Amino acid sequence: MPAALLAQAGGFTAPHLDYAALSPELLLLGVLVAVLLVDLVVDETRKYLVTQLAGVGVLVSIVPVIALAVNGDDRSMFGGAYVVDDFALLFKGLFLAMGYVVLLMSTRYIEEGDYYEGEYSFLLLSSLLGMVVMSSSRDLISIFVALELLSIPAYMLAGWRKRDLRSNEAALKYYLLGVLASAVMLYGMSLVFGVSGSTLLTTIGAAVAGSPGEQPVVTLGIFLIVVGFAFKVSAVPFHFWAPDTYEGAPTPVTAFLSVASKTGGFVALLQLVYVGFFGRPDVWGPLFWVLAALTMTVGNLVALRQTNIVRLLAYSSVAQAGYILVPFAVAGESPAAVGSAQTATIVYLVIYAAMNLGAFAIVMAVARKTRSGEIASYGGLFNYAPGLTVLMTIFVFSLAGIPPLGGWFAKLAIFQAALDAGTFNAVLLAVVAGVNSVIALFYYASVAREMWMRPVPDEDRTPVNVPAPLAAALGLTAIAVVAIGVYPQAVARLGDLAHLATG
Amino acid sequence: MDWFDTWGLSLAVFLPAVGVVVVGFLPRHNEQLIKVVTLLVTVATAAVGVGLLANFDYGVADALQFEVDKQWIEAINSRYHVGIDGISLPLIALSMLVSVLCVVYSWDHFPEPHNPKAFLMLLLVLEVGMNGTFVAQDLILFFVFFELVLLPMYFMIGVWGGPNRQYASIKFFLFTLFGSALMILGFLALFFKAGNTFDIPELIANASVIDHETQLWIFGGLFMGFAIKVPMFPFHTWLPDAHTEAPTVGSVILAAVLLKLGTYGFVRIALPILPEAAVSWAPWIGGLAVVGIIYGALGSLAQRDLKRLIAFSSVAHMGFVMLGIATLTDFGINAAVFGMVAHGLITGMLFFCAGSIQERFNTRELARLGGLLIQAPKLGWILGFCAMASLGLPGLAGFWGEFPAILAAYQPAPGLSEALFRTYMVVAAIGTVLAAGYLLWMYQRTAFGRPKEEFAEAHIHDVHGPEWIAWAPMLALIVVLGVYPRLLFGMTDEAVQTVTAAFAAVGG
Repeated sequence: MPAALLAQAGGFTAPHLDYAALSPELLLLGVLVAVLLVDLVVDETRKYLVTQLAGVGVLVSIVPVIALAVNGDDRSMFGGAYVVDDFALLFKGLFLAMGYVVLLMSTRYIEEGDYYEGEYSFLLLSSLLGMVVMSSSRDLISIFVALELLSIPAYMLAGWRKRDLRSNEAALKYYLLGVLASAVMLYGMSLVFGVSGSTLLTTIGAAVAGSPGEQPVVTLGIFLIVVGFAFKVSAVPFHFWAPDTYEGAPTPVTAFLSVASKTGGFVALLQLVYVGFFGRPDVWGPLFWVLAALTMTVGNLVALRQTNIVRLLAYSSVAQAGYILVPFAVAGESPAAVGSAQTATIVYLVIYAAMNLGAFAIVMAVARKTRSGEIASYGGLFNYAPGLTVLMTIFVFSLAGIPPLGGWFAKLAIFQAALDAGTFNAVLLAVVAGVNSVIALFYYASVAREMWMRPVPDEDRTPVNVPAPLAAALGLTAIAVVAIGVYPQAVARLGDLAHLATG
Repeated sequence: MDWFDTWGLSLAVFLPAVGVVVVGFLPRHNEQLIKVVTLLVTVATAAVGVGLLANFDYGVADALQFEVDKQWIEAINSRYHVGIDGISLPLIALSMLVSVLCVVYSWDHFPEPHNPKAFLMLLLVLEVGMNGTFVAQDLILFFVFFELVLLPMYFMIGVWGGPNRQYASIKFFLFTLFGSALMILGFLALFFKAGNTFDIPELIANASVIDHETQLWIFGGLFMGFAIKVPMFPFHTWLPDAHTEAPTVGSVILAAVLLKLGTYGFVRIALPILPEAAVSWAPWIGGLAVVGIIYGALGSLAQRDLKRLIAFSSVAHMGFVMLGIATLTDFGINAAVFGMVAHGLITGMLFFCAGSIQERFNTRELARLGGLLIQAPKLGWILGFCAMASLGLPGLAGFWGEFPAILAAYQPAPGLSEALFRTYMVVAAIGTVLAAGYLLWMYQRTAFGRPKEEFAEAHIHDVHGPEWIAWAPMLALIVVLGVYPRLLFGMTDEAVQTVTAAFAAVGG
């Protein structure tokens, strides 16, 4: 046996590795290992060094991303399975930026909560690495590997408050449904592979585009893959894990799941739909239409009834996922609108990251004083924490899409994609989105109402103590939200540059 | 003054924004400093407004002046395009004037829970939005400014308002947002159907390529956005609540400027870009307008709360403005623009008076008021003066908004049914009688007779310093515009003619 293997190995030629293109991943991997090692040697009192190392490492990893973007060449490896183009670089940069903000948010939380600090950073970085890999994956296998790499650490992070039953519940639900989603998706992938004979998205694109109708198995494959990712991005009716998981998980992890992990799912969907399945809009177009309409409507309607801020933000992020699904549905309606649809999704993801992370940072800051997640505990916040109140107001109204805060441009991009397609179904979906943004305003405004217009519960007006890293996270996200709102060209340009070539 | 030609409008819009930042850095407890800085900012902005009025070339009032056209969001081809013509000029001047007067009026009596810093910052944000809306020549820019006023007004009502403020503030917000969601869809449809541009002058030139049915739909979207803002019957229900609960200054700004954003939107965007659709929609708009006139008047007659009464009278008055617009004639639209300014001054003043009455008596209930002329004769006379102006007494500004609007309905633009509009005319004329009814009855109940027993011994201050300063310019303007309406018609007429020129082509 060994001899036979060796004989085969002789014929093996190592694939070409473009180390420059891989440098962000390699750097992040290095930091990840360093974090693990440093965690072993530093003593309990100096664990904060580990988090700081992770933070610096993430920032350093952004440098090669920028360098590659400036260089501008598209680099492709493994026969097109791993591509570093503007799309990949934009999302790598975005993921790393999100990772940094989440690390800032986590710093004190993990320290003060007396949780394992080193391992926390390690797992967070692992998940981040999965997302960075996902941005470049143009192959079913690498997509799947990236997905598992970003998910499995997240299952553990969700249960990080291990003495809290709800955190256990969060992790278990997230894990079981995540695995179920993976299974569904894998089955779909195997069907698609069976038809096309390749895992490469471009090859799949060519194979599924021809002779529609004769291949019901392709339809089933695409359907199952999209449904698998619908779990990942918590689209209705596959969203029910999200509120429980978000509520039970430690708040910085919730922020990470609702922003970074969700974006990871959408990045995969973008690549699958626009590169792999673009020739079969008859399959995924109506599917996304229904998912988008349901997700927006159900997410918003259920959010109206929430009394806990984290659950409210959980349902809000379900609804936001619905808006992000709109461009997919629209691109299915009219291939001419594929450009503005891609821009809309990308723009929305960038802006959503800033505003949602900011909102969670406020939740963490306020919880430091009130020790509560009830919206009622925000009563009269304006009287003793005007700064936090103004920032939270900015974030929630940005989520609601009120100009001049970033969210308005995200919504506009969605509407624009829909009207670019211009078909009846596309415009109808835009109207559904418009009505939904009015419904959504009600609960976003209810948070503002609590902070500005209600009395302080228990007359406890002790000021909120915001640690420096959390303040930095708040500052970064708030500046991003306002700057994008006033000068949206910045992200619109990115969205236009980072288009995928449709298969 | 070359720099003023290019920077004038940007200064007018963004000086208050600078003010917001500056006030934001002032210590919260140094209230005097905050008030002085805010006043200076609004006065400086108004000075820019005076500069605009002085440098405006009235010979070509139909052309965009002080125009700036710079890159903004290239990705969607939306530009920072600002400029004013004869229609925008009086409205932006009104907005600047009212902002200054509101700061002066609130000088010593900020409503509970006090906090002048936050209140004045919101006021400045409001001014940015209002001024910006009147100068924007790009649909997306217009949309951003149009929406920018929502947040500060929401907080102004919700934090500083009356007992039912939370309900009123969210109702205001939801209604307007619903309209603007449909409006933005209309804007985007225009963009894709008429040459991938958001530029208003370009769209006016291009939009005729859109087929008629699509035009009707797009107009419908814009109609929802603007009609809710005006508000027209049956979308008016947010207004009485918002007005009643808002603090005095909030009510004044709402009445004087915010409602005009809707009517201005019709005149600036909906009518000139989609003239064909406007002709088709005009009978419906006119119909809703006269229903609003009668409904508002009947609603006013039934009110027991002074502010609520004035709020319903706003519905009626805006009905006249919309009737003027619906005739699609020079005469009617000139009257409408005049009506906007006149209603802004007069109803703004009425809300000032109502606020001052409430402050003195701690009630706005008409049944508990009375004898104002005995206890505070100056305030009583001012209220009477405003009531007269509001009911359209010739010689005061209100007359020139209503009377020509009614007259215009006698001879609507070609293509509109004369019989229908003459019916509207008769109904609107009945509305003026009802207006006299409810305003005089209101005045009778508040000002005449003897003070009610509970207030008989109360010491009621008459009009005091800040009130005089805040009110004098508005009172003077009501008289000046009433006596010499050409001041305003001279500005607007040419610009209006360019709007109506398109209808002659459609209807003829």
